[in-house]
Amino acid sequence: MIDLPGPITTWFAERGWRLRRHQAEMIAAARRGDDALLVAATGAGKTLAGFLASIAELIEKPDFDGLHTLYISPLKALAVDVQRNLLEPIQDMGLDIRVETRTGDTPSNRKARQRTQPPQMLLTTPESLSLLLSYPEAEAMFAGLRTIIVDEIHAFAPTKRGDLLSLAMARLQALSPQLRRVALTATVRDPDGFRGWLSSDGDYEGVTLVEGEPGAKANIRILLPEDRVPWSGHSGRYAARQVMEEIAAHKLTLVFCNTRGLAELIFQDLWAENDGNLPIAVHHGSLSVEARRKVEGAMARGDLRGLVCTASLDLGVDWGDVDLVVQMGAPKGSSRLLQRIGRANHRLDEASEAIIVPGNRFEYLEARAALDAVAEGELDPDIWRSGGLDVLAQHVMAVACAAPFSADDLYREVRTAAPYALLTRETFDAVLHFVESGGYALRAYDKYRRITRGGDGLWRISHPRFAAQHRLNAGIIVDAPVLDVRFRNGRKLGTVEEYFASTLRPGDSFSFAGVPLEVVGVKDADLLVKATAKPARIPTYVGARMPLTTNLSRRVRHFLHEPDAWQRFPQDVREWLQMQRLRSVLPAPDELLVETFPRDDRHYMIAYSFEGWNAHQSLGMLITRRMETQGLSPLGFVSNDYALACYSLKPVTDPRPLFSADILEDELVEWIQTSALLKRAFREVAVIGGLIERHIPGKRKTGRQVTFSTDLIYDVLRKYEPDHMLLNAAWEDAKGKLTDIGRLADLLERAPSTMVHQRLDRISPLAVPIMVLIGRESVASGTVEDEILAEAERLAAEAMRPG
Amino acid sequence: MVPLSFAGQDLIPLPDGALWWPARRALLLADLHLEKASWFAAHGQMLPPYDSLKTLQDLAVLVDRHAAGEVWCLGDSFHDKAGSDRLSRDARALLLDLTARTEWTWITGNHDPMATTGRVWGGRVMVEAGIGGLLLRHEAEASETRPELSGHFHPKLRLRGRGRGVSRRCFVVSDRKIILPAFGALTGGLDAAAPPIMRAMGPGAANAIIPTAEKLLSFPLAA
Repeated sequence: MIDLPGPITTWFAERGWRLRRHQAEMIAAARRGDDALLVAATGAGKTLAGFLASIAELIEKPDFDGLHTLYISPLKALAVDVQRNLLEPIQDMGLDIRVETRTGDTPSNRKARQRTQPPQMLLTTPESLSLLLSYPEAEAMFAGLRTIIVDEIHAFAPTKRGDLLSLAMARLQALSPQLRRVALTATVRDPDGFRGWLSSDGDYEGVTLVEGEPGAKANIRILLPEDRVPWSGHSGRYAARQVMEEIAAHKLTLVFCNTRGLAELIFQDLWAENDGNLPIAVHHGSLSVEARRKVEGAMARGDLRGLVCTASLDLGVDWGDVDLVVQMGAPKGSSRLLQRIGRANHRLDEASEAIIVPGNRFEYLEARAALDAVAEGELDPDIWRSGGLDVLAQHVMAVACAAPFSADDLYREVRTAAPYALLTRETFDAVLHFVESGGYALRAYDKYRRITRGGDGLWRISHPRFAAQHRLNAGIIVDAPVLDVRFRNGRKLGTVEEYFASTLRPGDSFSFAGVPLEVVGVKDADLLVKATAKPARIPTYVGARMPLTTNLSRRVRHFLHEPDAWQRFPQDVREWLQMQRLRSVLPAPDELLVETFPRDDRHYMIAYSFEGWNAHQSLGMLITRRMETQGLSPLGFVSNDYALACYSLKPVTDPRPLFSADILEDELVEWIQTSALLKRAFREVAVIGGLIERHIPGKRKTGRQVTFSTDLIYDVLRKYEPDHMLLNAAWEDAKGKLTDIGRLADLLERAPSTMVHQRLDRISPLAVPIMVLIGRESVASGTVEDEILAEAERLAAEAMRPG
Repeated sequence: MVPLSFAGQDLIPLPDGALWWPARRALLLADLHLEKASWFAAHGQMLPPYDSLKTLQDLAVLVDRHAAGEVWCLGDSFHDKAGSDRLSRDARALLLDLTARTEWTWITGNHDPMATTGRVWGGRVMVEAGIGGLLLRHEAEASETRPELSGHFHPKLRLRGRGRGVSRRCFVVSDRKIILPAFGALTGGLDAAAPPIMRAMGPGAANAIIPTAEKLLSFPLAA
């Protein structure tokens, strides 16, 4: 039994609670001085488990002076959670421990005071920590730091925010060698990967693994009104009435949607069915902070019955008495589904209740696959990547702003951060040169250096204003350019992306925050609106779509080939698959089925590749280009997570050459380099790396603040310095994140040996869900900009034609 | 190449953003903004130091392709007063070559009071010019009644189609005025329908014109 200070044992005893096993193990690890990773389901007293050892230490050393524990959360809205999980226990134990938060919203006088007189516990975000490290006071402030606690590590370790945090931890370890690292995570597939990430020396075995008690199995069902699944769609909108009935039958329901646009649509649908006028609301990342806080507050007070939300609620919302989670559309991954379900019911001994509403027949199969995966405890693979060079550049600048540094020492230190363990000295020096003067081969900017190496061999910033600029611009999240949505009285509702706004004219209406709005006009960076009764469009968001994970994709393929599994399916899904077997074939799990058939003077080719929408979009561009070269006159393609459909004036007689692996060598590289994907990635690395600034002192902060077109910079750089560090960084990003190149490559490599080509005289049952997308989401063959412009001109001419 | 009939002249808007006047064998360009990148570098943003070279190389290609005899730069040729001193060696050589083999005119703009430019780089310097019945100046004057060609605003058209956005430099054209897009490699843009442009165009219908390889695309701009 762990020996704990009196106030803690009394606190547990008064509540009739016992110290849970994982909490005891966390304290034991702390007493040994070991780093520790806690893997536990939501609601297992996880946050407190992270803090208990620090609380005990501060009880034992009441006169500990300075910062003892740093807590890092991916969320800015720490206050509510922390109140419940930390401040209340401390207060109830009657302890005098000083706890403060620090985020972008903290007043600047308090921030300044925190640097010289830090609290004993500081709760902050990776970005705010990185900024703190850029101040000269950092050395003194962190010299005595004992513990860093990283919460929800699963959510950001493999991202750029994780890179930034990992670098910051390396810096902290150098400032305070006795620092102990602790992390908390939801259930993950690869705990050792996270232990390695957390480790200060690359040895995962040095990080104690503590596993929480497993919660009760979730009670998940698939909702099918009248036991039927639609042919098409991907939102589950048809089930609005049934979802509303479920909301009425529960205390508080979270309705998760896969995109912001869908959340707006579903909210409208539910509202239309809300005969009982139940209080329901919508929550997503484009709404203003105030609007989101208001909804969160209403939820915490128990004033809401239903909340339609997106990934914006995926993380750490541990307030509100949620007793049902509804997933609209397919879940796309088993881990995400589990984490969302974990939002319902925080008591471990009770089963969480959840409902999935599949949008179409493939999504039904996917939902079934996700349920099986959850039942078998199979989680999505954790995908690790090496650290971004843009993030490293930002970190190097932060270090320079705090104090002069030696390049040799910093290189050694950076390599102790797991994402940068394999960083070569050559690449590090390139990053240093980039921070110094842009990293160009042509040394045109030597007189404008931001950092310079002194006679003592140390690098330092060449002017204090560069430190001010850095602190203003640092950060990892680069938003698409946006406009604020405001009423004429100035009240802000949130933001819409600039490209969506540019399609609106005064008098147009769109739905936002669940309210139909009419456009009054655009003023500076504001889209002025008023409430309206007109029917409204839904905003479009550029945000990347979550692809189907590989494990769910594998399970769906197996379903197709195993008629025994169909007994569980509703009748119309069974008939659909039986008819497909009769009319065409059902591919074996390792086969690539390609069907070709004519219809209405056109010829169609459908490839059932199951590699996710992102990979299929890339493939569609490449295949239609090859069809063009072969003279097949392609007209366009559409894709979903499961299949790709190309249509043309002439038939594809042999699909094999279209899918040959050499596509990867030439066309793919060429296509990506000229594509919008890479330009978007470049914009992000240019901002994060500090090449361009998004904020100018005294100006309002919006995505538009980027003062010049990064596309133009990209074009110039690609022409004159194609090996520039930032282009490589953008390429790495685009490759991994945006186009699922790996999955595409696997698919094309397998294609020649696994392809089964079915020539049909008419459309097959399996083809219907993708065929109905044609026309609705049409992308013509060459998506060259000229064509889009010409099409826009034709439409404008048509609309403007008098009479 | 599709000509645009303007004030009795055939003018050809080129996809690169220049205006080609076949009858005079003249190329007209606005807002080169040479050395914009190095101006930002001096202020801490290390943009690629190749913008002047890119702009001048693009211009040289046009001069060669059309065998241009005259080049008219409609102002803001350098990003700032000192820009002229910062040109790289390659860019200098190219600029001197261009002004030597064409009849080159610098119209002065708000960014570059160019008293000395002509002496250093060749060509002549004018505040405004009237040629072939057309008035050339840097910034359009709304009250101007004569046919006028100008720059200054960097007009650009943003559109959305097939699920993605397209943004392109454009000409803004009415029956009395043409505003040219910026030619400089790193020059951004202002929405063609933005109020300052509409005010400068004065009364009357205006269109945004985007030249593509096959045709001129024309988009009516709401006044």
